[in-house]
Amino acid sequence: MTGARAWERALVVAALALACALPFALSGFRAFQFTQVGIYAIALLGLNILTGYNGQISLGHGAFYAIGAYTTAIMLDKWNVPYGLTIPVAGLVCLVAGFLFGIPALRLEGLYLALATFALALAVPQILKYFEHWTGGSQGIVLSRPEAPAGLTLTPDQWLYFMTLGVLVVLFVLSANLLRGRTGRAIVAIRDNPIAAQAMGVNTALYKSLTFGVSAAYTGVAGALSAVAVAFVAPDTFNVFLSITLLVGIVVGGLASISGAIFGALFIQFVPNWAQDISKAAPWAIYGIFLIVFMYTMPRGIAGSLKLVLNRLARASGGAGGPV
Amino acid sequence: MALLEVEGLEAQYGWTKVLHGIRFEVEDGGITTILGANGAGKTTTLRAVCGMVRTAGEIRFDGRRLAGRATEDIVRLGIAHVPEGRGTFMQLTVEENLRLGAYARREKGALAGALTRVYDYFPVLGERRRQIAGSLSGGEQQMLAVGRALMLRPRLLLLDEPSLGLAPLVVREIFRIVRAINREERVGVLLVEQNAATALDLADHAYLLETGRVVMSGPSADLRRDDAIRRAYLGY
Amino acid sequence: MEIFLQQVVSGLATGGIYGSLALALVMIYQATDVVNYAQGEMAMFSTYLAWTMINAGLPYWAAFVATLAIAFVGGLVIERVVIRPVENAPILTIVIVCIGLLVILNSLAGWIYSYIQKPFPSPFPETPIVIGTVVFGAHDLGAIGVTLVVLVFLYVFFRYTMLGLAMRAAAQNPSSSRLCGIRVGWMLAVGWGLAALVGAVAGMMVAPIVFLDPNMMGGILIYAFASATLGGFTSPGGAVLGGLIVGVVENLVGTYVRFIGTELKLTVALTMILVVLVVKPSGLFGRAVVHRV
Repeated sequence: MTGARAWERALVVAALALACALPFALSGFRAFQFTQVGIYAIALLGLNILTGYNGQISLGHGAFYAIGAYTTAIMLDKWNVPYGLTIPVAGLVCLVAGFLFGIPALRLEGLYLALATFALALAVPQILKYFEHWTGGSQGIVLSRPEAPAGLTLTPDQWLYFMTLGVLVVLFVLSANLLRGRTGRAIVAIRDNPIAAQAMGVNTALYKSLTFGVSAAYTGVAGALSAVAVAFVAPDTFNVFLSITLLVGIVVGGLASISGAIFGALFIQFVPNWAQDISKAAPWAIYGIFLIVFMYTMPRGIAGSLKLVLNRLARASGGAGGPV
Repeated sequence: MALLEVEGLEAQYGWTKVLHGIRFEVEDGGITTILGANGAGKTTTLRAVCGMVRTAGEIRFDGRRLAGRATEDIVRLGIAHVPEGRGTFMQLTVEENLRLGAYARREKGALAGALTRVYDYFPVLGERRRQIAGSLSGGEQQMLAVGRALMLRPRLLLLDEPSLGLAPLVVREIFRIVRAINREERVGVLLVEQNAATALDLADHAYLLETGRVVMSGPSADLRRDDAIRRAYLGY
Repeated sequence: MEIFLQQVVSGLATGGIYGSLALALVMIYQATDVVNYAQGEMAMFSTYLAWTMINAGLPYWAAFVATLAIAFVGGLVIERVVIRPVENAPILTIVIVCIGLLVILNSLAGWIYSYIQKPFPSPFPETPIVIGTVVFGAHDLGAIGVTLVVLVFLYVFFRYTMLGLAMRAAAQNPSSSRLCGIRVGWMLAVGWGLAALVGAVAGMMVAPIVFLDPNMMGGILIYAFASATLGGFTSPGGAVLGGLIVGVVENLVGTYVRFIGTELKLTVALTMILVVLVVKPSGLFGRAVVHRV
């Protein structure tokens, strides 16, 4: 094992320990904010699989987030399905939706794909409003927040936090395995050189639409979790801005990096609040400046910069100097 | 004083040093050729003169030092570079390509005269002036590249392997025109070639480059007679 | 039939606006390979400047021209100062910087001018022009006319001037352009400047219709984006035509397809564009990019 890898492992363990201790040290509101971070992280990981690893730019993942959220909300509201069950169903629904959307998207590249997905992000809130009978129209659906299961002495905030953390860990491990293996190599090969990938026998069409499906499923699970956690869904919370925020998250966090999803989630959750604290008058101006300066200093995102630091640390501590 | 004087020229890409302190000259109105195998550093030498790679050492054009100047400014001094791969603007027309060659010239009304002159040298370009440059054959694109360089009315013409990938007849035609340009307009030429026989016929001075060092130099006639050169580069 | 014609006409009017902003998008894209997400906000900000000048007592057309000049310089400066540091960064990094620019401009405008809608004058008379039974708004016609003038101006500029030619060259083949003595970085900056100018025209033409507020371009940018894509991102004329098509289709669908009404018309317009894209991935008038293997 190379030096950089060892550092990486140590960091992951430390981060997990910190994550478990966090809700006991924080107020309910803060814990809820970190629940939101976890939810964003899952959504970002989904988008990163598609955009970072597979090279398909999506400006419309807010749509899958919305579909996931509404799947859960409708199941809870209309049929009283246990919420734990609705989450995988939401993932499944988005998997299918993403896969289906991925088929026409095969024909589109770069900019045009960005527009197509952008259109999706625009259309979904409108469509949600239209099917008022199911979705409650622009009023949305109000749900009730789940209590911690009997036997666990957790507040609802803490319970939501741990549930999210659990889902996050499972999904992150799954994707790490997926991306490190044969499938992951195929996905990345398609991004780097689609023609060569095809020549090597990778079924690019199938892989691309499957990646779209998996990516949408992750984001859909995040949406479902957010419906449970916020206990409210309304079409306008899933506007275009959400999709753009998700894109900002993966680029700031670091493209094609699993840990980048966490960093990106922290950024999109907390930086707008800080901006608000700095200037009440024009918070978004502060946010924008922050974003631009951030991109200047870390053009490859937080994970990209961190990787450089880790490699340097490993080399300095006399490790074998892991491959950059 | 020579038109172009180069001394102790070093160049590198990233960490890899490609030129290790070379020295050569181009006389005003003369033709100098730099010969060498693939990877000897010929293209890098031309790119160094135009400020397209990081260099150390002395490059003087007409007495002025070129080090540290931007490519765009070096071009304005009257150095036209026909790059490796010809640098054609594929989606523009032939005439638009040529007009771009005169971009750096300030004089008003120079354009029409320069165009006529290029069409005189290369009638085929005149016939195809409205055609998209990407649709030209390799030989025609090479002519277009030389024509574009001429539009600058340069004092020094840098040619990077003009014979590459072209039929012998076309190569002969292009070299004939380069010689005519050299004589009629007193343009100095620095020619980089793998095709040593043709290059030595054209040039009055030659340098032989091996892995970034000049290993032999002198009048072309002398080099042509050299046994080592004959065996390694001329093939007889 | 009358309703049909009337809807087509008003569709053309809004379509002209989409088209002019689409034109600005296409220009930056052609000159720099970047889709400028901040284009709409740049246009909005320019329009506020025009509003300030008109309120200060400047005649409309003087303010108009001054705004174009400021917009051009502004676009140029933004490219040199904000975009240049990330010129060689991955494309998504540039996109994020553009998004940063977008929120800054939007927020600044809200801060300086507040989010309250302001009326913006039209240079054209208020009396509508009636031909047969169809009513044309004078401003609508004027706006289409202005868009066409801009289009012709751009065509002439890129086709017949040395600077326009150099800009096209710089976008196509930067290293060869340098060997011609073209300052490539500045060509990109001029591209941004021109696009900002065109955007400012769009902003001043749309503001009398939608009123002036910091978010006025949001929806229009989306339609402009759609128009540019429909027309093919490589074709300025296609962008304008794409805008007109989007405007008309949007209006007709909203009027005639009963279950859609006004709520779903954006969705339907976008769906139709998607269908076009899937059938013809490089847009209606775009050049297919040939990939070298």
